[in-house]
Amino acid sequence: MAASEDAKASSLRYAFGNVIAFFILLLIGILAFSIRLFSVIKYESVIHEFDPYFNYRVTQYLTKNGIYDFWNWFDDRTWYPLGRVIGGTVYPGLTLTAGTLWWILNSLNIPLSVETVCVFTAPIFSANAAWATYLLTKEVKGTGAGLTAAVLLAMVPSYISRSVAGSYDNEAVAIFALIFTFYLYIKTLNTGSLFYATLNAIAYFYMVCSWGGYTFIINLIPMHVLLCIVTGRYSSRLYIAYAPLVVLGTLLAALVPVVGFNAVMTSEHFASFLVFIIINVVALVYYIKGILSPKMFKVAVTLVISVGLVVCVAVIAVLIALVASSPTMGWSGRSLSLLDPTYASKYIPIIASVSEHQPPTWPSYFMDINVLAFLVPAGIIACFSPLSDASSFVVLYIATSVYFSGVMVRLMLVFAPAACITSGIALSAAFDVFTRSIKFQLPGLSGNSPIDAGDTSSGSVVAQNETVKTEKKEDPGKERPSRKTEKNEDLSKERHSRKNKKKEKENVEKISVKPQEEKRLLVLPLEASVIAIFLLVLLGAFYVVHCVWAAAEAYSAPSIVLTSHSHDGLHVFDDFREAYAWLRHNTEVDDKVASWWDYGYQTTAMANRTVIVDNNTWNNTHIATVGTAMSSPEKPAWEIFNSLDVKYVLVVFGGLVGYPSDDINKFLWMVRIGGGVFPHIKEPDYLRDGQYRIDSEATPTMLNCLMYKLSYYRFVETDGKGFDRVRQTEIGKKYFKLTHFEEVFTTHHWMVRIYKLKPPKNRLRGKTKKSKAKATATTSSKRSVSRKNPWH
Amino acid sequence: MGIRFDLFFLSIAVLCAPCLSDLVLSKVDRRIDLTSQIARFTSTLKVENIGSDPVSEVLLPFPDHQAKNLAYLAATTNEGKGKTKGFTTTLPVEVVHPKGMPPALTWYSVSLPKGLGQGESLTLDVLAVFTHALRPFPEKIPQDQPQRVAFQDSAYYLSPYVVKVQLLSVKLPPGTKLESHTKLEKTEVSGSEIKYGPYENLPSFSYSPIVVHFENNQPFAVAQELVREIEISHWGNVQVTEHYNLIHGGSQLMGEFSRLEYQARPQIRGASAFRHLVAKLPPRAHSVYYRDEIGNISTSHLWGDSRKTQLEIEPRYPMFGGWKTAFTIGYGLPLKDFLFQSEGKRILNISFGSPIKDLVIDCLIVKVVLPEGSKDVSGSVPFPVKQWHETKFSHLDMVGRPVVVLEKMNVVQEHNQQFQVYYKFNNLSLLREPLMLISGFFFLFIACIVYMHADLTISKSSASYMAKLQWDEVQTAIQQVQRIINRCLTIHDKLEATLRDLSRTGDMQACKAARKAADGLLKELSKELKPLLAFLHSCPQAAQILPKVEELVAKERELQEKLMVKHSTVVDSYEKKSGGREIENRIASIQQKLTALRQEVEDLLEVIDEI
Repeated sequence: MAASEDAKASSLRYAFGNVIAFFILLLIGILAFSIRLFSVIKYESVIHEFDPYFNYRVTQYLTKNGIYDFWNWFDDRTWYPLGRVIGGTVYPGLTLTAGTLWWILNSLNIPLSVETVCVFTAPIFSANAAWATYLLTKEVKGTGAGLTAAVLLAMVPSYISRSVAGSYDNEAVAIFALIFTFYLYIKTLNTGSLFYATLNAIAYFYMVCSWGGYTFIINLIPMHVLLCIVTGRYSSRLYIAYAPLVVLGTLLAALVPVVGFNAVMTSEHFASFLVFIIINVVALVYYIKGILSPKMFKVAVTLVISVGLVVCVAVIAVLIALVASSPTMGWSGRSLSLLDPTYASKYIPIIASVSEHQPPTWPSYFMDINVLAFLVPAGIIACFSPLSDASSFVVLYIATSVYFSGVMVRLMLVFAPAACITSGIALSAAFDVFTRSIKFQLPGLSGNSPIDAGDTSSGSVVAQNETVKTEKKEDPGKERPSRKTEKNEDLSKERHSRKNKKKEKENVEKISVKPQEEKRLLVLPLEASVIAIFLLVLLGAFYVVHCVWAAAEAYSAPSIVLTSHSHDGLHVFDDFREAYAWLRHNTEVDDKVASWWDYGYQTTAMANRTVIVDNNTWNNTHIATVGTAMSSPEKPAWEIFNSLDVKYVLVVFGGLVGYPSDDINKFLWMVRIGGGVFPHIKEPDYLRDGQYRIDSEATPTMLNCLMYKLSYYRFVETDGKGFDRVRQTEIGKKYFKLTHFEEVFTTHHWMVRIYKLKPPKNRLRGKTKKSKAKATATTSSKRSVSRKNPWH
Repeated sequence: MGIRFDLFFLSIAVLCAPCLSDLVLSKVDRRIDLTSQIARFTSTLKVENIGSDPVSEVLLPFPDHQAKNLAYLAATTNEGKGKTKGFTTTLPVEVVHPKGMPPALTWYSVSLPKGLGQGESLTLDVLAVFTHALRPFPEKIPQDQPQRVAFQDSAYYLSPYVVKVQLLSVKLPPGTKLESHTKLEKTEVSGSEIKYGPYENLPSFSYSPIVVHFENNQPFAVAQELVREIEISHWGNVQVTEHYNLIHGGSQLMGEFSRLEYQARPQIRGASAFRHLVAKLPPRAHSVYYRDEIGNISTSHLWGDSRKTQLEIEPRYPMFGGWKTAFTIGYGLPLKDFLFQSEGKRILNISFGSPIKDLVIDCLIVKVVLPEGSKDVSGSVPFPVKQWHETKFSHLDMVGRPVVVLEKMNVVQEHNQQFQVYYKFNNLSLLREPLMLISGFFFLFIACIVYMHADLTISKSSASYMAKLQWDEVQTAIQQVQRIINRCLTIHDKLEATLRDLSRTGDMQACKAARKAADGLLKELSKELKPLLAFLHSCPQAAQILPKVEELVAKERELQEKLMVKHSTVVDSYEKKSGGREIENRIASIQQKLTALRQEVEDLLEVIDEI
């Protein structure tokens, strides 16, 4: 009776645990969603940044015209006169996701606008990403670690930066897809189920649809497989986890138009095929080993190795020949700049000009992952005790992503989930140890009994993260002998029975490590563990505070609306939208607007006007043309623009209010990119002694270029001196007139200035002057007459 | 153009002398208000019947070029004298097409409340409101020029009747600069008012064109299209959404727009531009928003008191001549202020026009969205409008919401009258959507429960299925075994703890009692273990795991024995009062074995877990 009751109680407790875990997950989802709503609450439900506007526009097109039109969409409102094939050059994952969401909602008669759906796609998917993290970490280290990792990921600032409401960017769904693909890979690896392997390929397909970062997956997983094979962890589960992924995944990836044959042609994917060959060979070897007697096997091995080597050499030779035939060795520019961080700044200024392609600084690590940076090493160590297939994957993941994040700020995003997973493992392991030692000691003693005086010193005084570290650091020292014995055991075992199942071996390994550790940790004194837990909670609280701050202050300010706090309250700078709205309503539908490429997406989406270049920097020459025009004097610039049918030129100018990322500050990139294609634009012409300046010391080329003139036209009249608040200097050339352009609109804070190209003048100079004078005289006289009496 | 018109009318006046009826206008006093972009004609007509037959209608002609801009026409009469004075009645006005009249005129007929008998007279107040009557001249101006407009009308009252005495006064915006005006005899300019007349005994259809050209920097805000959507929710809210398509209808901006000059001297360098519009919303309006297709527009102010809510909105940029913009205003209103009930019908009573002051609306579409399930829908508007019905699908609708659509061209402030929409609605329909949601989730959960509990195996008798069932049983059994072992281990821990207590406090009794309790518990547990082991023995599935389990049980038993030995030794030695060092020596060997055993047991537990 008692037994059955007990069993019932415990099963109830398990069920209760599941329910709690479910609710915790639900809350994590809500947390992940709601922490990203600061931008909506503080500002408004609007899409911000530059790139998202393009995605938004594509989604609008998709919802309006349907999927088939979307694939065939040739966009003639951008890259005039070239146009752009959107369906074939865009990663459609995000768009399709939001489009599907919108379609489902609308078919349920929930009338949400496309914009609303787009704004909230990122928060929804970060909740999904948190759940995927839970699943992944659970596969690696169990439920506790999973929940901790999910909480950490739900609010890791690095991910928040790309997924706040309104930041409708590819990365928002891509991170979810990335984690989920990894989860399915680990799940397949743990279960050996073909079902999960298929799902994995589909998840990979989704990732390919979503983001160019899919190459990270298709390189990381092969690396892990290779690692497993090299360390003798090959199993049929590994084969099932990998082979279908490569075959199905590559086939599916080739279906995405933007990837297409790149899935088999570019070097980024070769690693996966190589490992695919290797794993097949290994599988064959294991199979043959199974059916042959040891003696025969030896013969077979020598045979296969000699033949295989020849084949390998041949294949590699072909590959190298293929790769070497292309100038960039078959690598795309961005990937190359990953492998060689200095590549971009040397050869492709357009990649280097994007701030998110720069290497990060140390503070940005602290900003983006905060305390996780300290927990990660502990987590890595926790992954090694014991090292399973899954945990080795996590270790590999974090190692590679640390490198990539060090190359490009943007890839911090890939690093963040790995950091969350490892720190989740570390935290949960620490909590596990501390709570268990408390639980064990609590019923036994009411007072204090320092039995284990040996360990008290370690935890009580030191800061909590250090506690964790010291605990973990002690690990290797204590483990070392055990490892050796373990190895010996392994060896002896292998000697004894080579055909023993691998599984068992693993188990033995695990067992021999775990209990010792537990035993050692179990003897932590009560006070030490209580203090350690308290400090851990404090650490967590610090993390939470930082994340909320980052979400609320650092990452929620939309870049299209700027605010400043002055003594008389909040001041809003809504100049961008002012200008775009003006363009939208007060110019002809087919007018072409030229601006630097940063504002291309916004102009097409918000102003609905054709632009010359935009943020999809696919045609360097075209961008260079605009750059050249901006850095030329007025007349040639007018000619360039006129040849491009441009009617309006838009420049962003921050000198009046001190908005630093304006066109004058970006101007050197225009010169560089323009000069890269049109050699008559020379960077030194714009620099005085290697310094970029716009004051009276500036070079005449600089003071006469179009960008300078358009930015500072009549600027001097605002304060009489022409003091530029961004450059903190008075401008060099103060009074000048525009001959080929006329100002048609300037926003309230002068942040956006729009000029119109004047129609070409009559060629006969002397005559025009005279006739002009006459004409004005006549018109004025006419006017004076007509003014008096228009009707009579 | 204007001159041609004028000549044309003069010729009419000359040619068409026939008197229409026996009515005579004994006195006409016209006041034209040009202070805004709208021209308001207020005419006081004293109508006298000099014929013998009673007359029941008075005809009001307007030239076609004016009539197409006629937005609003109302005739009122002051009935009675003395005490009842001031009691005005509105008279019905309708378009008529009388025969034998000169062309290019549009006729309106005012029906008098009762026939006007011989010699009787009546005073009519006619209010006519014209939009687009002020033509910007010149049509294009640079930024620094004020806007000038020309107004064109007749100095004489155009009427089919003989007018005995008439006066015309044109009121211009105060302080405005008058550029020019047509000078006739008896023309007088005083301040911002121009007076023509009095003219006496003019024949019917007299016409004398006048043009007034003056500066007018009033906002020329014209909504080319305004869609007002009024959505009723019986949960207590009326949501009004207004989509404006606005243009500055005055002189167009020519040449550069210089922000510098506009900011430096907005009164001079942007005189014709308007910065903001003021909307007077009903009281208790809430959740007001102001946005356009690219997001919220932050330049707006809202005040409110008990009688009204005032919203001042600023378009994103100053509106210069010819510039366009589009935006949306939305606000919620309490339902009980606008919805009434009578005779089983519900009546929505809400204002028709736009809340924005001095706005000309070229095309106004009012959509009243009634809740789903409304029946017998009809609208009633005090002036002629185009009316039709639509269906709108919104939040979780099944059949859609009935929509009454009212369309009217040329709308001005005077149209801000209440109109009514009648419909029938059952309150139970309110619960439809919540119930739908509840049942939807209910069925979802039911489906989940069914899925979790249902056994979806196709073949229940197949070997693999049986094996799976059995394997499940084996697993539960093993789990139970594990649980029991774990409990044994905790009991061991407790015993150890009592030993520690003993070493500290020397409390023999407590220790012994604990020992006894532990013994009992352990015995019970071993009893529980027996059937489980027997089951595992009987099960072929468990064959592979059984040795481990048995080993586990055996080790545990050994551990238990050793622990008991240790316990009794320690207790014994305490009884014998032997020294601590001695006790330690005695149990040292046992202790070693204990740790080893404990280790083994835990290892085994792990192994079994893995399997």
